[in-house]
Amino acid sequence: MIRLNRREFLIKTGAAMAASALPINLVRTAFGATGAAEDFTFAYISDAHIQHIGGTEFVRNWDRGLIRSIHEANLLSPRPDFFFFGGDLAQLGTREEIDHGLEIMSKLRGKVHYVMGEHDYYLDLGEYWESQLGPQWYSFDHKGVHFVVLNSVLTYDDWTFNGWPAPMDRMKAMARLDNPKGSPFLVGKKQRAWLKKDLEKVNKNIPVVVCSHSPIQKIYKGWNFWTDDAEEILALLKPFRKVTVLYGHVHQIQYNQIGNISFHAVMATAWPWPYPESYAQAASHFPELTVPMNRADPFFERDATGWQFINVHTGNVDMRYQLPNNKDRTVAFDTKTGRPKDQEYQDPKNRRPPHVHY
Amino acid sequence: MGKPAKLVGVLLLTLTCLILVLPAQADEFTPEDLERWEQEFMAVVDEGEKQFHSSQLGKNQVSCDQCHPNGANTHPETYPKFQKQLGRVIELFEMINWCIENPLEGDPLVADDPRMIALEAYIHYERRGVPLAPGKH
Repeated sequence: MIRLNRREFLIKTGAAMAASALPINLVRTAFGATGAAEDFTFAYISDAHIQHIGGTEFVRNWDRGLIRSIHEANLLSPRPDFFFFGGDLAQLGTREEIDHGLEIMSKLRGKVHYVMGEHDYYLDLGEYWESQLGPQWYSFDHKGVHFVVLNSVLTYDDWTFNGWPAPMDRMKAMARLDNPKGSPFLVGKKQRAWLKKDLEKVNKNIPVVVCSHSPIQKIYKGWNFWTDDAEEILALLKPFRKVTVLYGHVHQIQYNQIGNISFHAVMATAWPWPYPESYAQAASHFPELTVPMNRADPFFERDATGWQFINVHTGNVDMRYQLPNNKDRTVAFDTKTGRPKDQEYQDPKNRRPPHVHY
Repeated sequence: MGKPAKLVGVLLLTLTCLILVLPAQADEFTPEDLERWEQEFMAVVDEGEKQFHSSQLGKNQVSCDQCHPNGANTHPETYPKFQKQLGRVIELFEMINWCIENPLEGDPLVADDPRMIALEAYIHYERRGVPLAPGKH
């Protein structure tokens, strides 16, 4: 059993714990803004990239990553209030991949909220996903926190609707991360109007958590670590006292603080991605605040993958990354500096050689 | 001047001419040559880019770029190097083959297979400008 209380969560992060072998991201949020809010935790699993080979065969490696995270998440005690799946359940958006992914996900004990990823979307523009999982964007309230889920992987109509011989050509073009003929992610006008209306009814002291697949930031356009209308979305979130954006897509630890908004990426269960700075031919705007994850050991196929617990407390999100081959990491909101802080490595003196990416 | 001295003089003159003329001839390549050689190289880089993004290099549809967009995190400038997981010093092509055999579940290529040379050309090209650092982990 993985038993964590808040004290352990924040203080014993460096200690070897039973949870240390688990590739899970537990997120604990404490949003006590109104006094009525309660601490709670939820867990976040993302980027499984279930990939169909043919017939009844799927890529073993990616299947195992998702299965492992679910087994570990099922051992959490106390139980998280719910789960998020952060997008890219499938690799090429087929029914076979979505069905197989959902069958694996069905073993997870608890309610799951799903986020759309580009690998789920660009074959049929989310039609099959939606038929199985419901609307592509929605909101809900939980223990005094307002949650918003966006489909942030839309793009410009010209790219989506013109010139594709077949839907699978469009899917493969967007699935290739480094495609020079790709197109930047977008939340889009229609969804922004919905978001504006959704947020109008929410008290500005209520903590808000936004879950998207792409970062609502502009980090590196070449790999779509990017949302083209990020500024317009952040402007809608600006009036709120405490906002956290949680995103997948980047398959790595990232965190940042922009004004009142904290940003955290979640790990993938499938494979890690390099940090943009390790591509020698392009400049990126990587958040300086982030202490990177360890450089991956390719010989241990679950290395640099994982999932997380999220602790919601006092209105801010504390992330606990469950990493199968490294020491777990906790990035918690520091009320003194007003931004997220790695509990062990934030001070440059405490960095380790595996944190160096090149 | 005696005959042998004359002969030596002629030989020296001939050698001097050879030294002056031959290397100049060997170095005579034109801008068109340079352009063609660049094109030959880039054609192999382009083939490497195709192989690197191909779902057919291995046997499970997985392609190299799924983990290494733009060939990033392959560090070609650090080879040959001690690969701790294999316990010996290896060349880049051996690590490429490791990836083909494991994450891609495919069959390894011989070192001079045109596909291997193309993969190496692409990986190096995406890393151009980075100083050589053999042995660096």
